[in-house]
Amino acid sequence: MAHMTSTPVLEPGQDRTMILNMGPQHPSTHGVLRLILEIDGETVVRLMPDIGYLHTGIEKTCEAKFYQQVVPLTDRIDYLCPMTNNLCYVLAVEKLLGLEIPPKAQWLRVMLNELTRINSHLVWLGTHALDIGAMTVFLYCFREREDVLRLFEAISGQRMMTSYFRIGGVALEPPLGFFDRVRDFANRFPSKVDEYENLLTGNPIWTMRTKGVARITAEDAIALGASGPTLRGSGVDFDLRRDMPYSGYENFKFKVPVAQEGDVFARYICRVQELRESITIVQQALDGMPEGPIKADAPKVVLPDREKMKTQMEALIYHFKIITEGFAVPAGEVYQAVESPRGEMGYYVVSDGTAKPYRVHMRAACLANLQLLPKMCEGRLLADVVAAIGSIDIVLGEIDR
Amino acid sequence: MPLAAAITDLEALKDHPAVAKLRSWNSAAVEGAKFDREEMTIYIERSSIRDACVILRDDPSCAFNYLSDVSCVDWYPSQPRFEVVYELLSIPKKERVRLKVRLDADSPVVESVTSVWPSANYFEREVFDLFGIRFTGHPYLRRIQMPEDWEGHPLRKDYPVEGYR
Repeated sequence: MAHMTSTPVLEPGQDRTMILNMGPQHPSTHGVLRLILEIDGETVVRLMPDIGYLHTGIEKTCEAKFYQQVVPLTDRIDYLCPMTNNLCYVLAVEKLLGLEIPPKAQWLRVMLNELTRINSHLVWLGTHALDIGAMTVFLYCFREREDVLRLFEAISGQRMMTSYFRIGGVALEPPLGFFDRVRDFANRFPSKVDEYENLLTGNPIWTMRTKGVARITAEDAIALGASGPTLRGSGVDFDLRRDMPYSGYENFKFKVPVAQEGDVFARYICRVQELRESITIVQQALDGMPEGPIKADAPKVVLPDREKMKTQMEALIYHFKIITEGFAVPAGEVYQAVESPRGEMGYYVVSDGTAKPYRVHMRAACLANLQLLPKMCEGRLLADVVAAIGSIDIVLGEIDR
Repeated sequence: MPLAAAITDLEALKDHPAVAKLRSWNSAAVEGAKFDREEMTIYIERSSIRDACVILRDDPSCAFNYLSDVSCVDWYPSQPRFEVVYELLSIPKKERVRLKVRLDADSPVVESVTSVWPSANYFEREVFDLFGIRFTGHPYLRRIQMPEDWEGHPLRKDYPVEGYR
């Protein structure tokens, strides 16, 4: 282990600076992020993120599971957007299999993905505002988030770790009255976004804490691997849903909010506008929801209906085979990227022709976005670090995996 | 949609802009190419990876200006054992290409692309941490996910899933 180095330490560069440890147990670091700061009075001279506290080896675990057993693991990577993780993984495996997905399943997936985006952005907005000192917004956001989580519970039986998407479709038919509940939420929600904006967008304290803070240029954002609202807040008009559509997103009309300033306020505006766009996508999905099956016609991959298993021999055999042996996936490799609430989430899945993935790698949007933090904060005040962390919307579960 | 067979013949893929550009620059740098499931993979000779990235980034017909991801696959026990995988994205052209470098088990060393895209910093640190690939010219190559005093590289195939106890 000659190439190993000792523990990471930042030595004070000059006599007047000191080293400050922020986290891993700090309320504004959104989980267990540790920042090692070199400060000169109130000014940050250097900043170094230290991550890995939540590393659970999910990529290694995936290699020991059947393809269908990986789905529940993906929920636990980015726990604020479980459906997006599910979607990205199942799309990758479906691409490996060459599997066609029925339209109803695709539209359900899109609708639930946008609800997930709303859920995730609400947590971001609430905690970000709380970090900067606006308590009310937090309570408002979690009020609406509760509605979304109840919808998830209704459709999948789980509030957070939904595992609702399956390779070849979705797990279950939505329960009776589910679409009415979604429509009710979609009708109510835009006025709630107005409420958040009333509290923040024109608020002088909010604008002073966010405008011109933690600025990043478009060139730096691209070079440092930023994606999602963090990239669009710097004026780069790129959204995977529109520009490289997947899962039927080409059937939906929506705007991609872009802001030019590249500061905390620009990223805030992008995400708040995305809340409004997401709800229009949900409404379009409700209006145009196709009829038909929710699972692909692929008996070797998709579990049969419970009812068929009680009457048909083959259904029972296929069920037994899939559960005990999994299903073989043709050898090859696929990189599938989707637009998660935080940016480009990518799954790189390699198959060697067996029933277990040879390699599953997750491209974590937050891991790349976190690299912007030193550039955003160095030379600025210590209090701005808190605003900057909130504005890149990190989830440590995804960064560490 | 039934799967189309993968195209692995370099001559059949020579019209792809990235392949054409790289071959006109240095035909020895391109070891092979593969077009499978609508995705393009180019195998790059180990010593040329950094220069190949610069060319693909700066050439206007390719414009792969964004590095999405760096990862690695361990094909233990076959040789060459490691494949380092670079996912490139062109934001203006909305296209992707995958570059791969094959590395032997006895010298898993490749030049870092952090000077081309600073975003490679954390990605390469993660590959170093979990696979033990060394990236020369990396500004800060140390463990990122595992503890500093950890022994071994967990994502290697000869490392047991349950770890050493």
